[in-house]
Amino acid sequence: MIDYVTANRSVILEALAQHVWLSLLPVLVGAALALPVGYLGVRYPRFYQPIVNLGGLIYSIPSLALFLMLPAVLGLQVLDPLNVVAALALYTFALLTRTVADALLSVQGQATQAAYALGYRPVRQLLGVELPMALPVMLAGLRVATVSNISLVSVSAFLGVTSLGSLFTRGLQLDFLEPIAVGIVLSVLLAAAADTCIVLLQRRLTPWARVSTR
Amino acid sequence: MITFDKVTKAFPGGAVAVDELSVELPTGQITVFVGPSGCGKTTSLRMINRTIEPSSGTISIDGEDVTSQDAALLRRRIGYVIQNAGLFPHRTIEDNIATVPMLNGVGKKQARQEAVQLLTRVGLDESMARRYPAQLSGGQQQRVGVARALAADPPVMLMDEPFSAVDPIVRDSLQKEFLRLQSELGKTIAFVTHDIDEAIKLGDNVAVLRVGGRLAQFGTPRDLLDNPADEFVADFVGRDRGFRALSFLTAEHLEVEPVSAYADRGRGVRLVLDDGGAPQGWAVNGDARLRALPSTFVAGDSLRLVTDLAITSPAGAAVRVDQHGVADGVVAHEAVARHLTAHRQQGQQGQQGQQGQQGRG
Repeated sequence: MIDYVTANRSVILEALAQHVWLSLLPVLVGAALALPVGYLGVRYPRFYQPIVNLGGLIYSIPSLALFLMLPAVLGLQVLDPLNVVAALALYTFALLTRTVADALLSVQGQATQAAYALGYRPVRQLLGVELPMALPVMLAGLRVATVSNISLVSVSAFLGVTSLGSLFTRGLQLDFLEPIAVGIVLSVLLAAAADTCIVLLQRRLTPWARVSTR
Repeated sequence: MITFDKVTKAFPGGAVAVDELSVELPTGQITVFVGPSGCGKTTSLRMINRTIEPSSGTISIDGEDVTSQDAALLRRRIGYVIQNAGLFPHRTIEDNIATVPMLNGVGKKQARQEAVQLLTRVGLDESMARRYPAQLSGGQQQRVGVARALAADPPVMLMDEPFSAVDPIVRDSLQKEFLRLQSELGKTIAFVTHDIDEAIKLGDNVAVLRVGGRLAQFGTPRDLLDNPADEFVADFVGRDRGFRALSFLTAEHLEVEPVSAYADRGRGVRLVLDDGGAPQGWAVNGDARLRALPSTFVAGDSLRLVTDLAITSPAGAAVRVDQHGVADGVVAHEAVARHLTAHRQQGQQGQQGQQGQQGRG
């Protein structure tokens, strides 16, 4: 396997780099969309159920079908990596809207009531009280979305878009185990690294969530 | 002064929470809203800072209609304490306390400094400033809740069952400290509770509400106990209101027997003193093992305490001590009974005058 890695270093590194941005950019895009939409579901309760249903519906579309469908919908070239970004952003959005809405709902209670009675205006209360309190739950959702994206990106290899998945297809075509093993190891390592980053971020942002309760 | 003028709150669907409530909460005093659940006491409180808007009628603070003011700014001028404190779990204690000053644009550094000073004021150690609410006990959190309400030094405070969620011992100490604080600060306070004992203990005035949000009686705690307006109030105040009313009488004018009358007895129940004259306990029938005194009292204590001490003591008598803890007299329960009889006769003669005062509240 060492021989394979040294011989194909540049190919592997390129696949890894592609994999990183193809999986992480959609997380950012999806999360940025999920925040306002999830908030809508809390602000206007009648939107909550439709939003949750929409999320469920999007998430139930098979990934391969979505990858194949999107170029037509977006008017992009079949080989354009943006198709992958769009598809994964959709999945992230679907996963996170419900998380955002539920997280914001779960913090409603005495603290938010007190904030209102102490003279907070709505926007400041959302940014200063509700969002920070909802962070632990939202970041937990972000971890799931990130790890699931990193594993899903591989499917893009079937479209001819380079990622660690390309190592799988190559291995299959050549009946050759090494690229598949390298792809799996790197994909898992990448997922673990991304997950660790979010955990560290969470520790930094929510020190209060870890204090020992008496 | 907070004035309710024919205030009604009907919720969509027709439920009336508060019905034509007219009441005045005097400046610098504690007015307690008390009543069973569904009597509209919390709704009344929340209409003062407009977290609930009245359906009709007006509420004014020092003559100014609350609905004529910006709601958020109004709320920042009114302290608010709720059950379980409702602290922000993601902020340190000092930042919780500094909430309203920071909303008002006070700099972080200054707001925090003042917050730490308030911590000591409500009886907490400065070392708690950097902790998070989850690291404090319920009673400590409630103190922080009070500090947070006081931070911007509002003239008016609203307190919604602030001491209901803590155990009785903690509640008692919180209540005492609250009264001490109020004697220093003299805020105009509207206080909601379902506990009539708490209302009587804390209120300068008590408004008893009945289900449906109608005022049943408004008066001093003493009025309520002595002259309940109707059966509902009498019932709510409770069967032992006579005993509770003893809280308003002091032990000053009781007949006191000399300590020697109990200390020199050879047999029966004898009061044992130490060399300095402090009471040690009761010796019953020459038994070497002493029965502990439940407690002692000083001249200014309430008749309720003395009565309780007398009836729980093996000698049927309560021991009075001076400021050094030296026993200086004994009051037998018979003396308490004689005192009450005399007081009742006096009261019947003076009742005319007392009823004249009732409307003052």
